[in-house]
Amino acid sequence: MLPKTFRHASWPSPEVVLYWLAFTWVEMETDLGSSAGGGDLSSRGFGCSLRHFACEQNLLSRPDGSASFLQGDTSVLVGVYGPAEVKVSKEIFNKATLEVILKPKIGLPGVAEKSRERLIRNTCEAVVLGTLHPRTSITIVLQIVSDAGSLLACCLNAACLALVDAGVPMRALFCGVTCALDPDGGLVLDPTTKQEKEARAILTFALDSTEQKLLMSTTKGLYSVAEFQQCLAAAQHASHHIFRFYRDSLQRRYSKS
Amino acid sequence: MASEESEACDCSALPPLSPIHLQRLDGRQTYDYRNIKISFGTDYGCCIVELGKTRVLGQVSCELVSPKLNRATEGILFFNLELSQMAAPGFEPGRQSDLLVKLNRLLERCLRNSKCIDTESLCVVAGEKVWQIRVDLHLLNHDGNIVDAASIAAIVALCHFRRPDVSVQGDEITLYALEERDPVPLSIHHMPICVSFAFFQQGTYLLVDPNEREERVMDGLLVIAMNKHREICTVQSSGGIMLLQDQVLRCSKIAGVKVAEITELIQKALENDRRVRKEGGKFGFAESIANQRITAFKMEKAPVDTSDVEEKAEEIIAEADPPSEAVSKPVLWTPGTAQIGEGIESSWGDLEEEDEEDEGGSDEVTILDSVKMETEDQNVGNHIGDDTPIVLSDSEEDEIIILEPGENPKKTRTQANCQQGKVPSKKAIRKKKQQPAD
Repeated sequence: MLPKTFRHASWPSPEVVLYWLAFTWVEMETDLGSSAGGGDLSSRGFGCSLRHFACEQNLLSRPDGSASFLQGDTSVLVGVYGPAEVKVSKEIFNKATLEVILKPKIGLPGVAEKSRERLIRNTCEAVVLGTLHPRTSITIVLQIVSDAGSLLACCLNAACLALVDAGVPMRALFCGVTCALDPDGGLVLDPTTKQEKEARAILTFALDSTEQKLLMSTTKGLYSVAEFQQCLAAAQHASHHIFRFYRDSLQRRYSKS
Repeated sequence: MASEESEACDCSALPPLSPIHLQRLDGRQTYDYRNIKISFGTDYGCCIVELGKTRVLGQVSCELVSPKLNRATEGILFFNLELSQMAAPGFEPGRQSDLLVKLNRLLERCLRNSKCIDTESLCVVAGEKVWQIRVDLHLLNHDGNIVDAASIAAIVALCHFRRPDVSVQGDEITLYALEERDPVPLSIHHMPICVSFAFFQQGTYLLVDPNEREERVMDGLLVIAMNKHREICTVQSSGGIMLLQDQVLRCSKIAGVKVAEITELIQKALENDRRVRKEGGKFGFAESIANQRITAFKMEKAPVDTSDVEEKAEEIIAEADPPSEAVSKPVLWTPGTAQIGEGIESSWGDLEEEDEEDEGGSDEVTILDSVKMETEDQNVGNHIGDDTPIVLSDSEEDEIIILEPGENPKKTRTQANCQQGKVPSKKAIRKKKQQPAD
């Protein structure tokens, strides 16, 4: 599929670095908060589920690729421009410049948006084959349409489908999954705003489609190493459903040729 | 379904301005609007208006603020149209372009200055608390005629919006959550809607609802804001074109017809959404995605089997190497120089290190006693000598620090050796510490 050099173009590969970062961070976190976050989780079975999903691709005429993604009542619209001309100041000589803009629905973008932008950009940089389009820019503009929980995961999913629609070459697809840990230890996948508010910890993962490896993780709250691994495992299970959803929607789209 | 679509309307009653019958690029007639689609979100005051391919997202929000000094009994209305980079690649984020300023001003004149919202009803306590209504409009896709789409989105969002109920008892203001009391709609007197006319060849040709390509070549633009009672709220002519009196009158006649049609469509869409919400049916943007469209896809709620995550997590933790000791605690080498993670010691603050050891060397966990003894020995011996490399000169230049090259490699090596040795856990080190050094 790809020449091997592209896969090992830079070392260490971004996913490895991110994984390592996530791991070290977890260790630090648990060291600080082991008194509060320790303890095993109560048993749970099939209680977890993803809300209903919907997506629409190519709905905007101006951007090169666009997608809207809905997870329950959370909705994000994404437009992708690229590979396009780049400002000289932002030009990178051996790869494409990836730019992510996240627009809130009310008011001007603040620190929270900037932080999410960065997380999304780092995730995209790990999968987009920027070396194929040196000295160009790829711009991803995300507009929050409605927030009803698991917003970052929805942003990531929408960004991935928009990149696919734009035809940007990627090493793998990616998806975002949010897990919440209840105060009583239960695990909730794809939480709503209410569940997020009640949760003791919220963990968001970005996973790639080839090996379900971790591309990005961001967390809030206290939890143990065991809980982190459980959430990650649950997210990997959920990612199978999301990637199947991607596949089905793309299959439908290209069913008539 | 929370959306409405209008059909291309019949305007054969009005004669075309030019005798030559020409067709437009997208096949429309001179006075035809593009299709309008209005869809609502799950929140109150959230809507997306599509005018052909032009798309605007509107969201209304409210806040209790103190009123303006000269208008103590009036609520505040605030409009903010944003031209997102998503809409067209030329729009730069965070820049107030001329176009943006012009559009924002026009919207303000159309909606605020026409007094379509009863601002006095937004007053809670005169001179102290009033509602500030904020209308955010985001252009999502630019295919011409932003003004019309934005004005429709703004008025639809305002009509759809419900503010939380308030009650005033004495000095106490109580704000009720959406669950406690039904939220209150804004009182809207009338619905002004902008209609744009593009002129070509110094006014010879006229087109209603110009798309982006037509806008690029037009000579002049006339925008008329009108309500369904045929009251003109705003007229703006731009592009420096001279219009004859009867041209303006003709345009206002056309605008009257268009506004009546659009108002009817808006009311139908609002009524539809109200009914669906009342009946407890499905509403929101998910319902407005057309099922039959090939680019759209839906998936019902999917259960995820998470019964084996505990075993899997245990497996991973059991398989994983125990975290190395160096990572467990951040080490403060010297004020301003700390270390976390693996790797060898930073040699940046070595000169000052001895001073730091005096203060609180006991906090360190990773340094084994042998190393510590060594440094402490140096401490005693070199303390006075250490100060000598730091030379304070009389000149304007600041401190000159000469780094000692000899000491660092030796020390890092001992450190590395210690780490490689059997140091399985913190406890082991502590034990060693308690015992006298070997």
